[in-house]
Amino acid sequence: MGRYVIRRLLQMIPVFFGTTLLIFLMVNVMGDPIAGLCGDRQCDPATAAQLRTEFGLDKPVWQQYLTYMGNIFTGDFGTAFNGQKVTELMATAFPITIRLTIVAIVFEIVIGISLGVVTGLRRGRPVDTVVLILTLVVIAVPTFVTGLLLQLLLGVEWGIIKPSVSSEAPVDELIVPGLVLASVSLAYVTRLTRTSIAENARADYVRTAVAKGLPRRRVVVRHLLRNSLIPVVTFIGTDVGALMGGAIVTERIFNIHGVGYQLYQGILRQNSQTVVGFVTVLVLVFLAANLIVDLLYAVLDPRIRYA
Amino acid sequence: MTIIDKTADVPAPRGSNDESGPLLEVRDLHVEFHTRDGVAKAVNGVNYSVSAGETLAVLGESGSGKSVTAQAIMGILDMPPGHIPKGEILFRGQDMLKMSNEERRQIRGQKIAMIFQDALSSLNPVLSVGYQLGEMFRVHQGLSKKEAKAKSIALMDRVRIPAAKERVNDYPHQFSGGMRQRIMIAMALALEPDLIIADEPTTALDVTVQAQVMDLLAELQRDFNMGLILITHDLGVVADVADKIAVMYAGRIVETAPVHEIYKRPAHPYTKGLLESIPRLDQKGQELYAIKGLPPNLLHVPSGCAFNPRCTMAQDICRTEIPALRPVTEQDGTELVGRGSACHFWKETIHG
Repeated sequence: MGRYVIRRLLQMIPVFFGTTLLIFLMVNVMGDPIAGLCGDRQCDPATAAQLRTEFGLDKPVWQQYLTYMGNIFTGDFGTAFNGQKVTELMATAFPITIRLTIVAIVFEIVIGISLGVVTGLRRGRPVDTVVLILTLVVIAVPTFVTGLLLQLLLGVEWGIIKPSVSSEAPVDELIVPGLVLASVSLAYVTRLTRTSIAENARADYVRTAVAKGLPRRRVVVRHLLRNSLIPVVTFIGTDVGALMGGAIVTERIFNIHGVGYQLYQGILRQNSQTVVGFVTVLVLVFLAANLIVDLLYAVLDPRIRYA
Repeated sequence: MTIIDKTADVPAPRGSNDESGPLLEVRDLHVEFHTRDGVAKAVNGVNYSVSAGETLAVLGESGSGKSVTAQAIMGILDMPPGHIPKGEILFRGQDMLKMSNEERRQIRGQKIAMIFQDALSSLNPVLSVGYQLGEMFRVHQGLSKKEAKAKSIALMDRVRIPAAKERVNDYPHQFSGGMRQRIMIAMALALEPDLIIADEPTTALDVTVQAQVMDLLAELQRDFNMGLILITHDLGVVADVADKIAVMYAGRIVETAPVHEIYKRPAHPYTKGLLESIPRLDQKGQELYAIKGLPPNLLHVPSGCAFNPRCTMAQDICRTEIPALRPVTEQDGTELVGRGSACHFWKETIHG
């Protein structure tokens, strides 16, 4: 187990450098960051040249990358063009997005798995059909539509929630945005759990559990669910990364100043330091989430042993 | 013409039979499966009974309804598509088909336990064997985790699994096939049930291990004075452990007999065919006999005697009239205790 973890951590190093390099190059291809800083007006050439030297943009790209990586390892993610340190932006943005992601994941686990179990055990019955159609609708409708619709109905028309989240973004204000963010994944979790449960419900060991005279609840929770959750855990694990980076639309709709919002601003302003910095951290989150999922496998299924 | 509805009249074979009446009695049991292609009649009026300490072997091809009958007794049929239109399953005189789900659950595992064929798929792969064994005590007797574990170790010792104490936390895939089957047996035995149903307990095992497992099962049955229903298609296994035999074909019992008599003088052409298809050393070099044809499609069971298309003795009456299970007698009319045959020509088969 220990050796496996070390090997996996070592494998992360090339992945980490590869992805950051790619992002760095892509951001450089996007266009001249100085032009973006001046906005719509034409830049003063002298000021532009001065800014270029100041940010090191006059050097070749590979040199820029090396300097940047060197700085990252000393904890310096550079400064955004507005003078704020990128680490400061992160310090305010990540806690908000992490809270939002946790809300979304809780929705996925609680609602998604419960619906999956219920429908999986009642395949072909009305409950199953209704839930299946609902998940299909949720998957088919884009997030910004459900997001804007809920914001309009709950926030503006009925006034149940505040249409826009305040800058501190407490958990209670994040419930509806979290649900919107989770919606598509929630539908997938429901379907995945349903299929898995329906398949395992016919397994011999479930029949054995029934023949042992165990109460139905115990048969489902201890014997059936434990085996059926293995594919679902994989999905939810990889979804953690996707939710953190993919909250751009949801964060825009509800005006949440999280990672998605900062990334959006960074791209709009062609601010490479912000974009690369945030994406780098997201890559790390992805890698960590994947490793945790693989380790969870071994916990859920003792037949998998890592050496 | 009397129709035999039970076969418990064999003199008490093994162990004392102090209970009055049989432990389990199946009366005219019918089981159907409603499928997209029609109604498959898996069991069509089965009658049998088992007393304490007695072993009944239920013999038959795949699809003859022997496992379905067992599942109906255990109450683990998939319903739907399964459906029991008719019949009674009496356990200690009480009809289990009329009981509530909760009452039946109380019986499962505590009073009637089942051993399944493939122990690898029948044990939960993600739970340790100690947990799965201990579950019986924790759920039915309310023992603590620690007490249950101690009991599990004792059980594993009882079925002679070496180093039980070290292996109690292992998972099913870490055991060999024979050891896994022992764990299944231990699980069935845990609460010392009155009746054990063993559904082809040795089919997935190699021959040397088969003998060990069967010996263990027979020994434990003697010690606990349990009733045992042994479902198998292996005539060799039956001869050693069973007291009486019921042969099934297309969801019916076609012949019943005390175990040794059936080998000497079968009273049904199907049983005769089965016995002749056993390889024998004294017939080395000759072609092995096989019953012609295929088992019947349960969606379209042949009219009359279901065996008629494959039977060498079939006459017109066999195609029109379903033969009832009738008592078999000697040529002079003296009754042969516990014997019955559902063949129009049983006389010709046994005496001819």
